Amino acid sequence: MPHPHQKNLLSSVQMAHFVATGALRMDAVVPDEMNRQAIEVLDNGIPGVPYGTPLSEAFVDSEFVQRLVQLPEVAGAIHSLVGPEPTVDHHAVHIRRAHEGEAQNLHGDAIIDVREDAFDVQLMYYPQDVTLEMGGTLSIPGSHLRRTNESDTGRYQNLRGQTRLVCPAGTVQFLHHGIWHGGRKNDSAIDRYMFKIRFNPTVRQVRLWNLEDLYDDQVAHELGQTFPWYEGATGRLEIYNRVKLWQAITGDDTYDPDYWVTRVTNRPQRVVSQRSVNPHAKKVIA
Amino acid sequence: MTTPAVTTAQQTVRQQVLVLYLASSALDARVVGWSNYDGTGETSPTTGDSDVPPYESGLDALKDGWRLFQAAQLLPPQPGHEYDVSFLKHEFFFEKLV
Repeated sequence: MPHPHQKNLLSSVQMAHFVATGALRMDAVVPDEMNRQAIEVLDNGIPGVPYGTPLSEAFVDSEFVQRLVQLPEVAGAIHSLVGPEPTVDHHAVHIRRAHEGEAQNLHGDAIIDVREDAFDVQLMYYPQDVTLEMGGTLSIPGSHLRRTNESDTGRYQNLRGQTRLVCPAGTVQFLHHGIWHGGRKNDSAIDRYMFKIRFNPTVRQVRLWNLEDLYDDQVAHELGQTFPWYEGATGRLEIYNRVKLWQAITGDDTYDPDYWVTRVTNRPQRVVSQRSVNPHAKKVIA
Repeated sequence: MTTPAVTTAQQTVRQQVLVLYLASSALDARVVGWSNYDGTGETSPTTGDSDVPPYESGLDALKDGWRLFQAAQLLPPQPGHEYDVSFLKHEFFFEKLV
C-alpha cells in the first residue's frame, strides 16, 4: 500500500477524539457508485483471509475491498491508527435481516485485551442509509478502556449517551478493539448490511498521523471530555487512562493537561538536608 | 355431615426486574444505565432499545413503587489495580410483583 498523502492522514484532534471515545466516524466517505455495488458483492461473500495476512495481500481476490481500503480518506485513517502495512485479523459481512427479532448483547470483540500501548481497530462500512429503525450498531463512547471480557457486559441494555448509529450510505467508522458494542434489533422491512475488517498493527503506534496540531488546545479538550454514562468517580479514572494512552502514542510522557497522572505519580526523591538542626550530628572541628 | 366446598384461587405472582446503574453509591444519584426484564412476558425489553432512562434517580424508582432488593457492595480496589476501569460499580436491582 502506498503511503497516504499527508492531507489524508488524521489530525491530532481526530486522534485525540479516537483516544477519548474509542471511535471515529466518516460519513458518506465511500462513493455512491461503490455503495450501489456493495449489496451484491456482500451477498456473494468476501473470500476468507488467513489470520495475520498483510493488508496489501489480503484482498487480491476482492477488487471491491481493495478499492474500499484504498480510498484516500480510508487509507489515511488506517495509516494514522495502525500504521503502514497492518495485517488483517479477520473480516466479516454482517446482515441483520428485516424484522429480525433479536439484538446482540453489549460486548467487546475477541477476548479481554489490556494492552496499554497498542490497539487494533475495526473498520465498519455501511453501504446503505441506516435509519434508527434498521438497528444500526450500538456502541458506547468511551467504553474501550474498560477491562471486561467479551459479553460479560450483556446485562447492560442501555447506557445514557450511547450511540445508536444512524448514518448516510457510504459511512465508515473505525472502532477501538475494546469498545462495547452490539448489533441492534432490525425493526424495519429492509435488510441491513455492514462489512467489517479488523486490523492489527505491525509497527509501534507512535506519531503516525498528521502532527501539525499536536499541541492544539482542542486536543486537550477532546481528551478531557466525559460521557453521560460515566459514574462521577470512575469518569476521572477514564481520563487518567486515556491520558496514559495519549502519552504512549505521542511518545510524550509529560503531556497531562489536567494533571490527573502527574499528581498521583509525583514521588520526589530529593532530600533536603536537615543536618544543621540534628543535635546528634558530629560537630565539624575546624 | 356435609363439608363445605373450598375454592382456592391459584394466583401466580410474577417478577418484573429493573436494574439501575447510578452515578454514585447513593440511591438518589442520577441514573446512568438501565435494564428491564419482564417476568410476565408481556414486554420484551432488549439491548439498545431506548435512549431515555425510565427514572432520573434510584429514589424516583422507589417513589414509583419499585422495591429495592439488591445493591452493589462498596469494594476497595485490588492493590495495584486502583486505576483500572471495568464494570459499572453502582448497580441496584428493583422488583415489582405483578
